[in-house]
Amino acid sequence: MQAAHAHEAPQGFIRKWIFSLDHKVIGLQYYFLALAAVFVGMFLSLLMRIHLIWPTATLPFFGEIKPETYLSLLTMHGTIMVFFVLTTAPQGGFGNYFLPIQIGAPDMAFPVLNMLSFWTTFLGFIVLLAAFFVTGGAPLHGWTGYAPLSALQSAGPGEGLGADLWITSIAIFCIGALMGALNFITTTLDMRAKGMTMMRMPLTVWAWFITAILGLLAFGVLLSAGILLLMDRNLGTSFFVPLVTVNGQLTGHKGGSPLLWQHLFWFFGHPEVYIAILPAMGLCSQLLSVFSRKPIFGYKAMVYAMLSIGFLGFMVWGHHMFMSGMSPYTAFAFSIMTMGIGVPSAIKTFNWLGTLWRGRIRFHSPMLFAIGFVSLFVTGGISGPFLAQPVLDIYLHETYFVIAHFHLIMGVASIFGIFAATYYWFPKMFGKMMNEPLAKLHFWLTFIGAYAIFMPMHYYGMAAGLRRYSQSTEVAYILKLLPLQRFISIAAFITIASQFIFLFNLFWSMWKGKKASDNPWEATTLEWTTATPPPHDNFSGKTPVVHNGPYEYSVPGAPRDFVMQSDPEIEPAH
Amino acid sequence: MASFTTTTTVDDPRISLGGGGILPPVLGGRGDDGSGSPNYTTRLRRARLGLIVAVTPILMLFVSFTSAYIVRQGLPTLDPQTNLLVKDWIPVKLPALLLVNTVVLLLSSLGMELARRQFRGEAALVSGGTASEVSSTEQNKMPWLGMTLVLGLLFLFGQWTAWKQLGASGFYVSSTASSSFVYLLTGTHAVHLMGGVLALLVASIAALFRRASARRSIVIDVTAWYWHFMAALWVYILCLLEFAR
Repeated sequence: MQAAHAHEAPQGFIRKWIFSLDHKVIGLQYYFLALAAVFVGMFLSLLMRIHLIWPTATLPFFGEIKPETYLSLLTMHGTIMVFFVLTTAPQGGFGNYFLPIQIGAPDMAFPVLNMLSFWTTFLGFIVLLAAFFVTGGAPLHGWTGYAPLSALQSAGPGEGLGADLWITSIAIFCIGALMGALNFITTTLDMRAKGMTMMRMPLTVWAWFITAILGLLAFGVLLSAGILLLMDRNLGTSFFVPLVTVNGQLTGHKGGSPLLWQHLFWFFGHPEVYIAILPAMGLCSQLLSVFSRKPIFGYKAMVYAMLSIGFLGFMVWGHHMFMSGMSPYTAFAFSIMTMGIGVPSAIKTFNWLGTLWRGRIRFHSPMLFAIGFVSLFVTGGISGPFLAQPVLDIYLHETYFVIAHFHLIMGVASIFGIFAATYYWFPKMFGKMMNEPLAKLHFWLTFIGAYAIFMPMHYYGMAAGLRRYSQSTEVAYILKLLPLQRFISIAAFITIASQFIFLFNLFWSMWKGKKASDNPWEATTLEWTTATPPPHDNFSGKTPVVHNGPYEYSVPGAPRDFVMQSDPEIEPAH
Repeated sequence: MASFTTTTTVDDPRISLGGGGILPPVLGGRGDDGSGSPNYTTRLRRARLGLIVAVTPILMLFVSFTSAYIVRQGLPTLDPQTNLLVKDWIPVKLPALLLVNTVVLLLSSLGMELARRQFRGEAALVSGGTASEVSSTEQNKMPWLGMTLVLGLLFLFGQWTAWKQLGASGFYVSSTASSSFVYLLTGTHAVHLMGGVLALLVASIAALFRRASARRSIVIDVTAWYWHFMAALWVYILCLLEFAR
């Protein structure tokens, strides 16, 4: 209920950088939380890749990798990456920093809530990491936490306190994400500057807004599933646990439905995929337009495509459950809906290409990552219609094909969005330019590396290489595919190593980078009208008034090749 | 000390349809002039909008509980003795006390509405001038806010007693699937109501010190709508547990 920008710029270190109410500082906090998380998650994947090709190697921190250790690495890798990286950085990080500035608002609608949402998320991360250090170690039920494995304390070494911490962390994260979504929606609806109509909002704002709506509807459901799971684990209820024995002993539970967990989880889980990818879509639409010096091709179509992707995202959760023995009729319905998402996705891809077409393209590093995103989005997306068909999915579901699919589209594509956003907005956030040659080197290594890691996985999957297996040496036909695994691992080592170029560039540029001007990319949106870095209330007391759409590039008759949103209104030429 | 009369125009956000209306601006533009802090109407509209958004995930929470409830009800389970699928859903006989609790909660909702109207008038006075004390109009007020708070706490105590009664009749959290759901639904509702109680407590303490402010009025307004939502939600939960058992 705190007045949005009634608070003065704080002076003390704690009020300014730790418990800050400023959306920009909170955005940076989210960003660095995600940065820490991504390196933890990446380290876990490194350990898994090492183990897959040298099964007997002793690894740092974990020693000898037993199958259950591998499963807990896999669980924690997935959970950290999905929640604390892909959900945190694009939405919590960049959304928090730039949504208010791009709509011409001085801050988020509820700054105190905004601060709480970050610290809640932070607490969730600490609780999750704590799972590594308790008796039994981290849980082994995968990031999807399928019951009854996740619901029974006795189900495995990590399923005691570790699993309790895991589900508590998820619940805490949900609450933080809901508070964030509340702020995003209220701010977007109620705090736009004069003249900033919904249809003049940059596509980034649209993407954050739609993502927030998705989060608002999805995280409540995950929270409910989490509450039920915690009750099953600790109060002896049987929501998800059927009559089941562990080591020949009856557990005392009966009558619950493991499928109920799957339904609740995936009702959240599928929209979550879009929560991760939509901000990247919005951002890349923005960047392709900025660096092609052309208006975005089909602005309205882009908005409606994102809205329909968001809407359809809630209709397709069953396609994660084709293996569960669901009725073929239900599976058919889910299958059709899923392939339906191909339509708005194709519209978006078409419009991205249309934006690039005959543009005067400036190949700066943000642009490279944006084009890389489109490439990965197509590559990862094209395997979607394969998996959307129940007959194919039943064969491919437990294989690396699925791993390749979702890593490309949800993981790497979204990470490319984060990279693009970092290179694009770094000058505004820190007042310095990032080193361009290093950025390009980082791009090419990561781009080629990502393909080298994930393309062979499609083949490995089609050859029935099973996922979640900690060793591929015991099964004859999988053993023959070991060279492929080796190739993937080596590609992964190189790609992981090249991320340190990024890390170095990030911190070195903050300190030693070339000073940035207020609008180094010659872009039109409101964040480039203000000082670099933006003052506490974003616009130094002068609320901007918006006269133009967000993508007015190469306007005939205009003095420059771009018209800022706050410039005097231009004649509609098209 | 400034003295105001109650005839000051009440700036109710529901009336105006301009930038300061209850609906957020569609064509862009904030309700306030953008300089300094936003005015009372804007802040009230913003807070109410925030509440509508905040209520959505709570609704989703109970939607998922309801769907789980209905699914579980129709689910046969394996009987280990006979190896046959049997229905094991045992309907819970709800304690009659819940009806008394319902009346208490509805009454508290009524009190809350009266309190909301009381403070809204006062806030309009404040927003007309500075946010300083307005004590002259506060002397002979009905303590609706305190009443709501007491009734709310009474409801929570009643729920606690109802759980004790349920336990005494053999229905604990883990006894049967149906009783798990009874505790789940009533418990989650109680936790959410406690949030409302907490907000009221803060507002009442502020009222005790007679610090009239637009901010407190907004807290009370939003809490009131939340409180009504909680009352409606409770009626829904009771109907679900009673008629779909």
